Amino acid sequence: MSMINYASREINCKIVYYGPGLGGKTTNLEYIYERVNPSTRGKLISLATETERTLFFDFLPVNLGSIRGFKTRFHLYTVPGQVYYNASRKLILKGVDGVVFVGDSQIERLDANIESMYNLAENLLEHGYDLQRMPFVIQYNKRDLPNAAAVPELEGAMNPLGAPSYEAVAIRGDGVFDTLKQVSKLVIRSLS
Amino acid sequence: MTAGIWSFLEEDVRRIRVQLADLTREAGARTTLLIDRSGQLIAVSGEEPRFDTNAFATLSAADFAANDHLATLIGEPEFSSLVHQGERESMVLADVRKRAILAVLFDDRTTLGLVRLRVRQAVKELDGIFGDILAVRGRDGAGPGLGGDFAAQAADEIDHLFRE
Repeated sequence: MSMINYASREINCKIVYYGPGLGGKTTNLEYIYERVNPSTRGKLISLATETERTLFFDFLPVNLGSIRGFKTRFHLYTVPGQVYYNASRKLILKGVDGVVFVGDSQIERLDANIESMYNLAENLLEHGYDLQRMPFVIQYNKRDLPNAAAVPELEGAMNPLGAPSYEAVAIRGDGVFDTLKQVSKLVIRSLS
Repeated sequence: MTAGIWSFLEEDVRRIRVQLADLTREAGARTTLLIDRSGQLIAVSGEEPRFDTNAFATLSAADFAANDHLATLIGEPEFSSLVHQGERESMVLADVRKRAILAVLFDDRTTLGLVRLRVRQAVKELDGIFGDILAVRGRDGAGPGLGGDFAAQAADEIDHLFRE
């Protein structure tokens, strides 16, 4: 839920990166953290296991600057992708303004992508949100791998809603900012 | 539906800050923060925090949400407040109408009992303020809006900030 504070002239929006385990959600946030101007972002917080798998969430606040006198800030979150952390995923979706689905392009991960997409829709519904009316962007990550499925095949299986989608190689930053720009603009548009 | 917009007008924040200031003083606390349940900071009172308040707000919301579910698992409707006690610094977190979290940071200059007592009173007052906000502006507390060219200006800033 976007929060507009007319006293402190601040707007805060929450964007959640969702998707199957090891798909590259944390890698997206790490790249954004490294590449945006340090004066515009806060600390990257990761609640992870000792093996660096996301346990609860990663969090990165990014300041967009002042727009019409309002300090505008995006709060970027990831969720843990592993199936058995569903309770944590559900909690992170509370108050979400926009979702990026980070899909794994590897053909062997197609079922995991689809399962995660259904899980996203279900968890949103439990909060009373409808994925079809939510600012929503899909990222097909790991396009550099030899076993990556063709994009039309991924679109057919994962994007029946026709959401904006981007190809990415998050580990080297390809497509990361395109995805973020798109979802940010959709979220801002939903405020106006 | 989407998550909606949750807005606070200057008068809302002024009323909230008065409550937080009273609570901070009467409880002998160091700092009092009010945090939206989705992890966004609404207002602060008392000593200027020397930590990252955004991170604090996010982690407090996550802490509270996780404990809500733990309560459900053991058959409790909720844990309406949480206490974290450290060697020097401690804090009490309390629910306000399932919409916000009141976080009170204190040290050995006061006692947990006094803080909890004052928190209970403050929660009642804040509950009333939130009730007024929601009654005037509907379930989501949406405010007067930002104007048509906000999105266009924001889009330019987004392109500028998130460039390679």
